[in-house]
Amino acid sequence: MAGLTKTKPTPPRWLLAELTYACPLQCPYCSNPLDYTKYQNELDTEDWKRVLTQARKMGAVQLGFSGGEPLTRQDLPELVKHARELGYYSNLITSGYGLTEEKIIALKAAGLDHIQVSIQASSQELNDHIAGTASFNHKKEVAHLVKKHGYPMVLCVVIHRENIHQMPEILAMAEELGADYLELANTQYYGWAHTNRDQLLPTKAQFEKAEIIAQAFKEQVAGKMKIYYVVPDFYEDRPKACMNGWGTTFLTIAPDGVALPCHSARELPGLDCPSVKDYSVEEIWNESKAFNYFRGTEWMKEPCRSCDEKDKDFGGCHCQAYLLTGDMHNTDPVCSKSPHHGVIQEAIDSAATSALAENEKPLIFRNSKNSKLLS
Amino acid sequence: MSINPDLPIQFSRTHRLQWEEAQQKNVILYPEGMVELNQSSAEILKLCDGTRTLAQIVSDLEAAFSTSGLTNDITAFLEVALQNGWINQN
Repeated sequence: MAGLTKTKPTPPRWLLAELTYACPLQCPYCSNPLDYTKYQNELDTEDWKRVLTQARKMGAVQLGFSGGEPLTRQDLPELVKHARELGYYSNLITSGYGLTEEKIIALKAAGLDHIQVSIQASSQELNDHIAGTASFNHKKEVAHLVKKHGYPMVLCVVIHRENIHQMPEILAMAEELGADYLELANTQYYGWAHTNRDQLLPTKAQFEKAEIIAQAFKEQVAGKMKIYYVVPDFYEDRPKACMNGWGTTFLTIAPDGVALPCHSARELPGLDCPSVKDYSVEEIWNESKAFNYFRGTEWMKEPCRSCDEKDKDFGGCHCQAYLLTGDMHNTDPVCSKSPHHGVIQEAIDSAATSALAENEKPLIFRNSKNSKLLS
Repeated sequence: MSINPDLPIQFSRTHRLQWEEAQQKNVILYPEGMVELNQSSAEILKLCDGTRTLAQIVSDLEAAFSTSGLTNDITAFLEVALQNGWINQN
């Protein structure tokens, strides 16, 4: 691989191990690629162990086991054990589906540090509708078991137009379940969420109302529960500092071994993201075209190039620039300085029109059948 | 929230304090997050083992570093640590 940077990049700190794209749930905002069914060839246990070892040696310390549903991998306890021996802090990011008390105990013994359980809504009916699977009662049971066995428990709720009105009930549920952390993740519109955006994007008034309720709750539970609030960037006028800067902190490994600077980067054209089957993590991180592509500020066009905030948000999100303007080199159109900023208002207006339509288009659920239709 | 001088101080069971070779520093790890510590903060937290009170931590560190007058700095740091959930006094 050709070396493209002059100075050595900062090492990865965060490794997201997407163990599989298999998932029993069908959430219509899934961040996995639309064409996930194309990538059936998963890394085996030895591949994953090698990747964990190599990334840890470089300095990665936070490790997320994700997917898909990581519990579908039978070697999960073995990978957790390996991670613990290497000194990682291991986070299991799960739907809770298929998690039993026996597995919770076995994973604890293997050295798992934390379990994040997702719940789709505060009512059984809506949870099971969004998840595409009857799972609400089991998820609540899992949340109790996670606490019972001494893990810190993060409850993650993805927020969108179908559940944003439940904000007070979602907060009450988090309190009742004894969550140590509550992640209120406003939907980010990539992958399946991009496809379903007209059905998922709330209005600004809905966002503002929900945010006021969440903010008041945050103060009320200070010292007992921490709230991670993922901002709805369509209603901001500056983009998010995506991935803390490209190739500075985060490394995602997809189920088939492709290394990604962010978990959506697979959909960017021409990056040639390398595989851990062909290169070491160190070669990929330091030398690959993909990881060097948006490092630093050299790649920037106007308005980023001369902007005094370029070191703060790094031009925002390249996946969003690609999805909404057709060119990943453009400034993230969320930025009010972007000449393409109008596409954000168009998206907001289109969603509002859809919400008022008599026969609103149904959500497209994330499953193999729809993946094949859409790829 | 402030430190109760009569109770021992314990490092949180749901956080991990660890030396990071790559960073050459101690860090606190918790769900999806990390705090990098300077040397003095790490030395204070290492003594939060559930047996020592605030006064004992101060006297142990003053003895270890042959100095005095650390009470205010250590108390201020431990109050921040308590607010962040890194330590507790149950």
